[in-house]
Amino acid sequence: MTVAPIDLPIDDQDARRIKRGEAQLETPLRRTKRRLTSRWATAVAILIAIAWTIPTFGLFISSFRPAQLIQTTGWWTIFQNWGWTFDNYAEALQSGNSQLNMAQAFVNSFAITLPAVLIPITIGMLAAYAFAWMDFRGKNILFIGVFALQIVPIQMALVPLLLLFSKGTIFGFPIIQAIGQAGYAQVWIAHTIFGLPLIIYLLHNFVSEIPGEVMEAARIDGAGHGQIFFRIILPLTTPAIAAVAIFQFLWVWADLLVALIYADGAVAPITKLLAEMTGSRGQDWYLLTAGAFIALVVPLIVFLSLQRYFVRGLLAGSTKG
Amino acid sequence: MSVSSFFQWLSTLSPWLQIPIVVGVFVIVVGLILFFIEIAPRPGRMYTIIRLAACVLGPALVLWLLQSYQWAIGAAAVLGLLFFFLDRRAKGGQGSLFQLVGFLTPALLLVGVGLVVATIQTTVQSFMNSSSTQFVGWDNYVWIFTNPQNVRVIINTVLWVLIAPIVSTAAGLAYAYFIDKIRGEKYYKIFVFLPMAISFVGASIIWRFMYTYRPPQGEQIGFLNQVIVWFGGQPINFLSVEPWNNLFLIVVFIWIQTGFAMVLLSAAIKGVPTEQIEAAELDGTNGWQKFWNVIVPGIRGALIVVLTTISIGSLKVFDIVRTMTAGASNTSVLANEVYTQFRSFEAGRSGAFAVILFLLVTPIIVYNAIQLKKQRELR
Repeated sequence: MTVAPIDLPIDDQDARRIKRGEAQLETPLRRTKRRLTSRWATAVAILIAIAWTIPTFGLFISSFRPAQLIQTTGWWTIFQNWGWTFDNYAEALQSGNSQLNMAQAFVNSFAITLPAVLIPITIGMLAAYAFAWMDFRGKNILFIGVFALQIVPIQMALVPLLLLFSKGTIFGFPIIQAIGQAGYAQVWIAHTIFGLPLIIYLLHNFVSEIPGEVMEAARIDGAGHGQIFFRIILPLTTPAIAAVAIFQFLWVWADLLVALIYADGAVAPITKLLAEMTGSRGQDWYLLTAGAFIALVVPLIVFLSLQRYFVRGLLAGSTKG
Repeated sequence: MSVSSFFQWLSTLSPWLQIPIVVGVFVIVVGLILFFIEIAPRPGRMYTIIRLAACVLGPALVLWLLQSYQWAIGAAAVLGLLFFFLDRRAKGGQGSLFQLVGFLTPALLLVGVGLVVATIQTTVQSFMNSSSTQFVGWDNYVWIFTNPQNVRVIINTVLWVLIAPIVSTAAGLAYAYFIDKIRGEKYYKIFVFLPMAISFVGASIIWRFMYTYRPPQGEQIGFLNQVIVWFGGQPINFLSVEPWNNLFLIVVFIWIQTGFAMVLLSAAIKGVPTEQIEAAELDGTNGWQKFWNVIVPGIRGALIVVLTTISIGSLKVFDIVRTMTAGASNTSVLANEVYTQFRSFEAGRSGAFAVILFLLVTPIIVYNAIQLKKQRELR
């Protein structure tokens, strides 16, 4: 028989004191043994971690070096060829094409990303609830159908959706009024559609895990599906929603393909402008490094501050699939 | 005012103003849906009136959205029929169908039009000529499979799918096992996981910089070439030496995906029962045997998930190829070719490439869907 350890309600200070006591109890012999076995592991781990970080680190250092120095010397010689500047950033923010510059594209990225996260998650949440907690014929088949729609690569839907937006036609028949070139609308709708299958699937994993008794109790108290959804499901799944939202955020922010097709001219996000610049000014490293870093900084902040939720969403989404 | 004129008006505002307005309108719509869902099953005359109002509002909304009387009349007929005949017989009692429609319609409508119908349309389009005006049969496919350059594209895609998933999973697994339970594990993880947050475009620029080539006489500014020079080699123009340049592109993808594999596999490793590991240790196995005979079988499920996910990712890879070489020097892949053909107004060829891509992804997802179905039947 095993004894399950219990978490005692102790405050941080006590916990620290107990830990110190335990460390002292550990015999010196055991400690050296453990250190020996893990020393190699630690050394290799550090090496790999460094190798994985060097590329980003190099970009970061370079983005602050004067243009002249970037073109003639490597960033690892920064101590021999000393020089720091913010000019790259100032110039990168001003550079771009005839219709917009990097600073505006940065704003565009926000204007595209925020609604393109909120809308599919709300719609996906409604569907996930129905799939998890409503009984109807053909539910399983329909759910697996939605899951299987991840089959469809975005490339498959590009042209038909573009025709629907620009001409309002499906198979050449007029169905709706064309949206035409109306700002971000096309990009929002496209991202919503492409994100939905995965979002529904992930959210369903979380929503179906809520104990049924909770909902039973609410139903006895006279709550309908609407109230249960709003008062019970939403609050209980907030961390899960956060996890999926980070996913969608990183994915929409990083997207290039949808932007290339649906975000033309003045509404293009920063990724599109960067890709364009790589093609046209591929040797201007002072612009590219600074520009890339501007595009990186937002997802990096989101990722680092909400990493815990992100990992959770990853695990729920994948290990159960 | 119609939807499209709403969007037109919206697009004239500042981006920062557009966000709250569109979100606000969307929240109001969802709120209305939830309201009707909530009152749907309630008995009483007032609720009946509200329900009836919904049956009028629905078609009115369709009229406003699509600007078409035919569709609005259709919607009214469907809604009316559904709710007056079917709803009473529905399993969950009166109003349950109404609720179901409210919850599912937005998602199913979008996915249906945007993915299901679009897929059929693209498939049809792949059998048409470049402007989709005339049926040409298998011509586009014949063109793809007889043109050496296109065969190259397919070979490259296969290369991606064979190399990228295996290498990144193996690297992720090795690293996860390595740092398991060592001090500061969390921080080691972050460093390898970080590229996940960097967009493919960002990663491509980072690696283009790593790969930068300068003639051997001058000073190198690309780190990898500098390393080669330090070891006494000749600098390589990584992105234009065929066929190796494909591998150098794959490296970028592996750099990003290893963190993903590592996080999932690390969680799986922690889920292997301690008793099994201890039993193996008592039997006197060394670390290597323990890894192969206890850990790997214990995380089989997670391994399959990671491999399939990365395989799908590498089939669809677009951004890296587009940003690093744009398909030059024989590095193009299917996803890139779909876009290239689309850009040169070859709708038929673009569609045919898309269909091939679709057919390659299908077996992987079907396998996963079967797994999912089994799981749901177990519940």
